[in-house]
Amino acid sequence: MLYIEIDGKALEVEHGSTIIDAADKVGIAIPRFCYHKKLSVAANCRMCLVQVEKFNKPLPACATPVADGMKIFTRSKAAIEAQQSVMEFLLINHPLDCPICDQGGECDLQDIAVAYGTSGSRYTEEKRVVFNKNIGPLVSTDMTRCIQCTRCVRFLKEVGGMMELGMVGRGEHAEITAYVDKSVNSELSGNIIDLCPVGALTSKPYRYSARSWELTRRPSIAPHDGLGSHIEVHVKDNKVMRVLPREKESINECWLSDRDRFSYEGLNSPDRLKVPMIKHNGAWVETDWKTALEFAAGQIKDITNEHGSEALGVLVSPNSTMEEGYLAKQLAHGLNCGNVDYRLRQTDFRLDGKRVGTPWMGCNINEIEELDRILIIGSNLRNEHPLLAQRFRKAVANGAELSIVSPLDNDPLMDIAHKVIVRPNDMVNVLGQVLKAMSGLQRLSLCLPPSLNKLLEEIKVRPNTQAMAESLAGHGKQVDLVAPKVGIFLGNMALSDPRFTEMYSMAEAIGGISGAKGGILPAAANSTGMHLMGVMPNSTGMHARAMLEVPRKAYLLVNIEPELDCQHAALAKSAMEKAECVVALTAFKSQALENADVLLPIAPFTETSGTFMSMEGRVQSFTAVAKPLGECRPGWKVLRVLANTLGLQGFDYDTSEQVKDAIFGSEKPSAVVWRSLNNNLRELVEIQVNIKKAGLQRIGEVPQYESDSIVRRSPPLQKTKYNIKPMARMCAQQLAELGLIDGDNVLVKQDKGSAVLAAKLDNHVAMGCVRVAAAHEDTIGLGDLMGDITIEKLSAQDFQVYNTIIMEARA
Amino acid sequence: MLSPEAIAKIDYEITKYPTEQRQAAVMSALRIVQTERGWLSKESISDVAQYLRMPDIAAMEVASFYNMYDLAPVGKYKISICTNISCMLRDSDVIVNHLKTKLGVGFNEVTADGKFCLKEGECMGACGGAPLLIVNNHTMHEFLTPAKVDMLLEELK
Amino acid sequence: MTTPVNSYEAGKPVTTDLAGQTLLCLRTLTEENPASLESYIKLGGYSSLKRIVTEKSKATDIITAVKSSGLRGRGGAGFPTGLKWSFMPRYFDGVKYLVCNSDEGEPGTFKDRDILRYNPHQLIEGMAIAAYTLGARVGYNYIHGEIWQDYDIFEAALHEAKAAGYLGENLFGTNFSFDLYAVHGYGAYICGEETALIESIEGKKGQPRFKPPFPASYGVFGKPTNVNNTESYASIPWIMQHGAEAFAANGVPNSGGTKLFSVSGHVEKPGNYEVKMGMPFKELLELSGGIWKGRKLKAVIPGGPSTAVMPASAIMGATMDYDGLSKAGSSLGAGSMIVMDDSTCMVKTLQRLSYFFYEESCGQCTPCREGTGWVYRVITRIVNGQGKMEDLDLLTSVSNNISGRTICALGEAAATPVLSFIKHFRPEFEYYIQHGKSMVESKTQDTNMEHQ
Ligand SMILES: Cc1cc2nc3c(=O)[nH]c(=O)nc-3n(C[C@H](O)[C@H](O)[C@H](O)COP(=O)(O)O)c2cc1C
Ligand code: SF4
Ligand code: FES
Repeated sequence: MLYIEIDGKALEVEHGSTIIDAADKVGIAIPRFCYHKKLSVAANCRMCLVQVEKFNKPLPACATPVADGMKIFTRSKAAIEAQQSVMEFLLINHPLDCPICDQGGECDLQDIAVAYGTSGSRYTEEKRVVFNKNIGPLVSTDMTRCIQCTRCVRFLKEVGGMMELGMVGRGEHAEITAYVDKSVNSELSGNIIDLCPVGALTSKPYRYSARSWELTRRPSIAPHDGLGSHIEVHVKDNKVMRVLPREKESINECWLSDRDRFSYEGLNSPDRLKVPMIKHNGAWVETDWKTALEFAAGQIKDITNEHGSEALGVLVSPNSTMEEGYLAKQLAHGLNCGNVDYRLRQTDFRLDGKRVGTPWMGCNINEIEELDRILIIGSNLRNEHPLLAQRFRKAVANGAELSIVSPLDNDPLMDIAHKVIVRPNDMVNVLGQVLKAMSGLQRLSLCLPPSLNKLLEEIKVRPNTQAMAESLAGHGKQVDLVAPKVGIFLGNMALSDPRFTEMYSMAEAIGGISGAKGGILPAAANSTGMHLMGVMPNSTGMHARAMLEVPRKAYLLVNIEPELDCQHAALAKSAMEKAECVVALTAFKSQALENADVLLPIAPFTETSGTFMSMEGRVQSFTAVAKPLGECRPGWKVLRVLANTLGLQGFDYDTSEQVKDAIFGSEKPSAVVWRSLNNNLRELVEIQVNIKKAGLQRIGEVPQYESDSIVRRSPPLQKTKYNIKPMARMCAQQLAELGLIDGDNVLVKQDKGSAVLAAKLDNHVAMGCVRVAAAHEDTIGLGDLMGDITIEKLSAQDFQVYNTIIMEARA
Repeated sequence: MLSPEAIAKIDYEITKYPTEQRQAAVMSALRIVQTERGWLSKESISDVAQYLRMPDIAAMEVASFYNMYDLAPVGKYKISICTNISCMLRDSDVIVNHLKTKLGVGFNEVTADGKFCLKEGECMGACGGAPLLIVNNHTMHEFLTPAKVDMLLEELK
Repeated sequence: MTTPVNSYEAGKPVTTDLAGQTLLCLRTLTEENPASLESYIKLGGYSSLKRIVTEKSKATDIITAVKSSGLRGRGGAGFPTGLKWSFMPRYFDGVKYLVCNSDEGEPGTFKDRDILRYNPHQLIEGMAIAAYTLGARVGYNYIHGEIWQDYDIFEAALHEAKAAGYLGENLFGTNFSFDLYAVHGYGAYICGEETALIESIEGKKGQPRFKPPFPASYGVFGKPTNVNNTESYASIPWIMQHGAEAFAANGVPNSGGTKLFSVSGHVEKPGNYEVKMGMPFKELLELSGGIWKGRKLKAVIPGGPSTAVMPASAIMGATMDYDGLSKAGSSLGAGSMIVMDDSTCMVKTLQRLSYFFYEESCGQCTPCREGTGWVYRVITRIVNGQGKMEDLDLLTSVSNNISGRTICALGEAAATPVLSFIKHFRPEFEYYIQHGKSMVESKTQDTNMEHQ
């Protein structure tokens, strides 16, 4: 501990702190622009100059480490003179166009100029003008306002993992820019808006739509990935104008992914369903709630009365709230129907009933940073969990070794120590190799169940998996560790794979040997919560896939667009077509709900209260930030009234809190969660390691800006470079094997369905695989996300024919 | 695409640094490519960046920071003349004017025939030979007089 | 060899008149082919390196010798070299680096170039001795981009030295290894600043780093690094060969040895003069042939523009050493004497210098980036006849606001000319502002101020 004095205040600070850290801790404000606690120290703005006893020059507080006995003066004559002179310099070339600047009212430059500057300028020469850059659909630039603090540059490089902005030129001509005419493509790019202390980088969608003082700020929870990021929703006239991060160090720190930041634009989509609608003679008719609910209840009752309660299938989006999920489940159970599920993008359900508890990520989000060895299985991290990827990036920057087993070789923007890129089917064998190699390295292998040991006999360890195993065991490229902190995680591609059970079992065994933390990284905001509540089939019920394979007579859909949100688009579509009645609770009108019979408008997360449980098991409730649009009602209320209308008992909830209490049995949620989260298996499932599979396999990723109905409707996100039409992406070798070249038109077939796509060279895809994006209207004819697929080259003539057919079908 | 000759030269420069520090060779690599191609287009800069496995923008930062890289065409001969204090005191103005009149261009302009471009340079670390100029970055001519400039231009024709 | 000519045209090095000089760093100049390995070896070159390495001399003894030689950093700051060497961490797990700063680009400075082209092996030997002393495995010599032909000469000398067994692995059969490479700048004065230079070696823009940490703990690729000027390293072999006392005796107390003075501007024979520290200015002026065309001395910038300008009266009585010049109101800097005669307009000269600092500011920190442009614009306004009397105070105030508030010392360097020119030649500035034209009938300096 060091003893110092700031402005006469004596304090004790840790070794290695800087003056600004020390001052911040005791609430002494030192002005700053370039300094940011999460970024490297640049010390270039010079705004934080303070006087330090025994030094004849002022020192930058952000970069100066404290020394014992240091006496610091932040408001002495020398300090003030220095601060004022820097402020003067900063303003001489600044346009001073606050009245037309979006940053007005929340601008560090404006605030600090008032507090630390002088009035009037001595500068009468010409001001510098900087040309604007177009860096994409999300961030708008006004580079004349830039004060070259380089926060944005440092953020993209250090946190985003890719240097997309730089300061080119030098001296007064130095400008912040992307490479020539490139845009900034980081999936975390919106954070540079928050970081920019002036109005040089502002939100493009929000541009000129409101002044900061007109906005009401309300806290909420991000509704897309499983992180549970804290957000602040800014509302004007009951309309969401923008979304910003709310600082939560242990979850999202002070960041937000672009998806969480810009998806709100989807809330204001013209697709929003404002009144209940009923299909009448093939045409949609607006109606009132009473009629709609009675119609829906009547249909469900009739069908279940006639065909038995199993004739109903209830499908719930994992992006729905716990309250919605719970009531949907209760409603099904009330009707004696066990067909309820949230796992829409899963094919392999062999682990049902074999689990000890609720599967989760297996550790806390902030623990990722401390890991020494990491194995990620079947995940395109940046696509699935952009902010979580950033935590892994930090771990790797801290020296962790990252191993990857995946069918996709996408750059996670961090160093990879070991990777094996193979077909999904072969991932099992690869994991088996790692397991076998590890059991050779560690005595703990004795713990492996004999059945597994036997399976491993037939496996041959290769040098790359041997190396991966050694890394996980603590051997290292830089340093060897005796007891490394290991984390093993399974991502979306593993979760939707038909051999998920094998991958999971292997991962668990590897984890057992290496003493790893970890688990699954489920895709949606409330996946873990849905599992915890058991929004899943009971022992006699059908899981999500079965409900589509063996179509039900009636469906109750909560917050989903079937062919976009389900694992098997074609099956989902035909099941809905065949059903006698489809009741859809939805916030949007949708092409994908054309086969529904009644649409009940429910409120998206901003217009309802509710709870999400994140993948680390955090139960986070939020309240509405705006009033429901039109006749919209919170989903939990609609389900309650629907249940009432169905004549079911025990649905007398007046508030969402009462529903939540019911979920947790009036226990503390954390206690329930603590008891429930568990990745262990009760018993091992019969698995096979070596299944030879010929033929191509599809990798059906859900692109990050197609992940749910809100995101799909956000125009700025749709304009990013991530929104490209699905193509049949293959590596060069695979293209050659099929006699294709980049750009050829191909007919892609899965089961009975097909799609006409362009072939695309993508060397990130494993041999034997075709990457075809899902959740897109161009591929709704296809089947399983991860499944067999065939490809044929189309002649120009055939292409014409197919195209006309498709066009007609769409019209 | 970098030429095999350029790659060979760049590879030599890379040997000067630890293996994981390829980027360190960027100054040389840009110089090598510029010497070969006459100037650095954005494609040239990205070629270099890719070869050294560094972000394009980081290579651009370097290319735009140092004066001797040309981010626009400079004709066949770039003549950079120092006008800094020691040269100025030795009448570099006379040489500059002479060049301007002879070539019919001002600073940063290329002659109509694409042959010459005139650039104003900062101190070249050779003030003892003032006034002086450099042709295409690598050949210095010192103790200039208008007559010597004429001879030089004649040689370069 | 009295008339300086373009060395490359003559095919053979020609420099200033050697009479009156004391050649230590440039000792090979007396030889027919000074840059060659043979010439250097003939003068005892590489013998010290061999002795030190094979006898396994103690690093602390070498450092003590360098300290007592009185050698101070020749790059401008004059920091005692032996003391700097003692800051290098002795025990470090990994590669330590040695860097030579041959990026001289401060107007009026051109001494290192002559070492590179006339005596490269002495520099190589000096660096090798330093590497041995400091435990550095790899060295870089960063050479100013504009003197490309000298870069080639130096790189050729490196290959020669390596072939002869003075560089590379296991020198003289011992376990001492040292690799030395030539690397180059490409037109950025700021890379002379040692941390900017390090960034540049790493393949980045030359933006100075905030210090601490100093290069001795965090230098090239984040490893401990010693940075010295070319002339500093080149002095080492002589010290090792002839002894620290002999070296010190060539100078005066507190300024040991000889010093290369780069004399430019209005003298008859501009060029480098290696003379004993403490030589009276008058003598040095005589060596360089006196004022050009018999005109009268007006002012001298004694150590490069980052040192204060001195009116004739102040410099005439001064001696050329650290204390002598500081007593006379300026400093030795890098020994770059810019001589101005009475035909020089100080306003336009200051304009040119302020343009230089404006143009060469790296743009990283606010006071320098914004302030240098401001200063340049105000002076330009004065030169264009639109000056106001208040501008002089404004210039002083803005310069003071830059100085001492920046990341590197370019801030001070940019402020010094403004402050010293106005201090010593204020009437000339006032005259210019009042009359809209210069007090000095200067035929030159008029045409080229249309800087981009
Ligand atoms: C703006 C600026 C320019 C500099 N230019 C040079 C230079 O060209 N050559 C040099 O040796 N040192 C230069 N220096 C000084 C170096 O930073 C450093 O102090 C020096 O290389 C150390 O070597 P020495 O101790 O042997 O003098 C410069 C410093 C500053 C602030
Ligand atoms: S003082 Fe100037 S040159 Fe030095 S870091 Fe700051 S901006 Fe760059
Ligand atoms: S905040 Fe310290 S220099 Fe910018």
